[in-house]
Amino acid sequence: MSDLTKLTIAEARERLRKGEVTSVELTEACLREIEGAGALNAFVHHTPDVAMEQARAADARLAEGDAPAMCGIPLGIKDLFCTRGVPSQAGSRILQGFLPEYESTVSQQLFDAGAVMLGKLNMDEFAMGSSNETSTYGNAVSPWRRGNDEAELTPGGSSGGSAAAVAADLCLAATGTDTGGSIRQPAAFVGITGLKPTYGRCSRWGIVAFASSLDQAGPMTKTVRDAAIMLGAMAGHDPKDSTSADLPVPDFEAALTGDVRGKKIGIPKEYRMDGMPEEIEALWSRGQEMLRDAGAEIVDISLPHTQYALPAYYVIAPAEASSNLARYDGVRYGHRAKLSQGDGITEMYEKTRAEGFGAEVKRRVMVGTYVLSAGFYDAYYNRARRVRTLIKRDFEQVFDAGIDAILTPATPSAAFGLGEMSDADPVQMYLNDVFTVTVNLAGLPGISVPAGLDKQGLPLGLQLIGRPWEEADLLNSAYALERAAGFVAKPAKWW
Amino acid sequence: MSIDLETARRVAKLARIKVEDEALPALADEFNTILGFIEQLNEVDIEGVEPMTSVTPMRLKRRDDVVTDGGHPEKILSNAPDAREGFFAVPKVVE
Repeated sequence: MSDLTKLTIAEARERLRKGEVTSVELTEACLREIEGAGALNAFVHHTPDVAMEQARAADARLAEGDAPAMCGIPLGIKDLFCTRGVPSQAGSRILQGFLPEYESTVSQQLFDAGAVMLGKLNMDEFAMGSSNETSTYGNAVSPWRRGNDEAELTPGGSSGGSAAAVAADLCLAATGTDTGGSIRQPAAFVGITGLKPTYGRCSRWGIVAFASSLDQAGPMTKTVRDAAIMLGAMAGHDPKDSTSADLPVPDFEAALTGDVRGKKIGIPKEYRMDGMPEEIEALWSRGQEMLRDAGAEIVDISLPHTQYALPAYYVIAPAEASSNLARYDGVRYGHRAKLSQGDGITEMYEKTRAEGFGAEVKRRVMVGTYVLSAGFYDAYYNRARRVRTLIKRDFEQVFDAGIDAILTPATPSAAFGLGEMSDADPVQMYLNDVFTVTVNLAGLPGISVPAGLDKQGLPLGLQLIGRPWEEADLLNSAYALERAAGFVAKPAKWW
Repeated sequence: MSIDLETARRVAKLARIKVEDEALPALADEFNTILGFIEQLNEVDIEGVEPMTSVTPMRLKRRDDVVTDGGHPEKILSNAPDAREGFFAVPKVVE
């Protein structure tokens, strides 16, 4: 019965409703897979007792015929989400021992819909990273390998544990969060679907904040249909997050007709980067052909400020992070350094933060502190916010000209080996997000769809970017792309 | 703009992160790499462009200025590394 964990949400929903399988059976199957997958280091806090209790409750609801779409579906939850009474560390040592007294809105909504939490998933510390190598729990490992080469590969980041867990069928789906590409890049690296909704679609309440004007939660799933189903349960207005949009949540799944005839798909010339691997270029061309064959019109477009997105991001995100992470001071929660005789409160702050934060987090907090400091605020922070306005305007202009969605590669390469980037300077790692970060700066929805394998047999993804609040239409375009690409490859089990 | 050791030390102090003296040169180098990357923004013509304040145009909702929550100090203190008699405890601040 181990094939149960390979089910999509949609398949499991049908079987649960027909009574062919119970949530308890599904959940037990997932827990067994997780038990045997320690080598992936995807699940970092296991919650089998919570899971079984939720599964029994879901089965009771199913028996009564009260079964929302997510009822009984076993999920992994990224460690960035605060979950009541369950460790929620954001992958950081500084939150060691933290047990939230409250539940994040997104996880609460999933639980209200009957979903089951199997445990918490590995991630880069405070979601800062593109390879899951900055986590206090150690690296998450991709279930994929380069042929017979046993070198461990990154599942991407920051939602690396979510990506590894879904790709390895340890759970049916997982939550992720995306500040510069942290859902879409890992999804592309492991051959799954990852959706970052419009900024404000999902409540950020109870999600550990990294860069509040960019952070957004979203589903990481095996199919586009599953992303539509799961987003429906995650989305919605929340009075506790003043930036969450008070807009109705449409039936995203109902939009999946696969009919994209007459849709205008933009191909931005600025995304054709120097030194881009030929395979990425070829995949992108194939994606255009697939959508054209499905009846869409392919239109060349220009987003002239694209090259400034990463530099703007590396001002704005660290600035917001330095402010958000000021709360980790050793007073209210988490780690406090042991103090020496005579140490005062300043030494307590400085030692606590030096011990509690990893190198990348320290680097970004200090860069953020610098760009916000007196004398540099205008030159760096305000300039970056003005460039951000221009980046968003680029998108508005192409959407005003009638473009329905934009097709780009999801990542500039396939997954790289863990440790392979360790000698590179930080900026080299930041380039992983070159195709995804524009979407966060403009607040748009973006989805990564697995579309092919490279010569080494590793997955590659394509990204579709949609108009604000039109996730339903975006998901439908992604559905057409998914059907045409017919990606079915799975990693061979070695763990 | 290049970051020297003194600036790196000052930034670490402002960020309340203890950095040992021997780690400062490497830190200053990393800052310079990142700031060098950010310098590209100087190429952009931003004349007359407003800094973005909200990525999705929205009017913040208002509510009555009344207490809506409270009364659970135990929960608030439950994660504190040091809490005593209903308070967060810290090293002595005032002599």
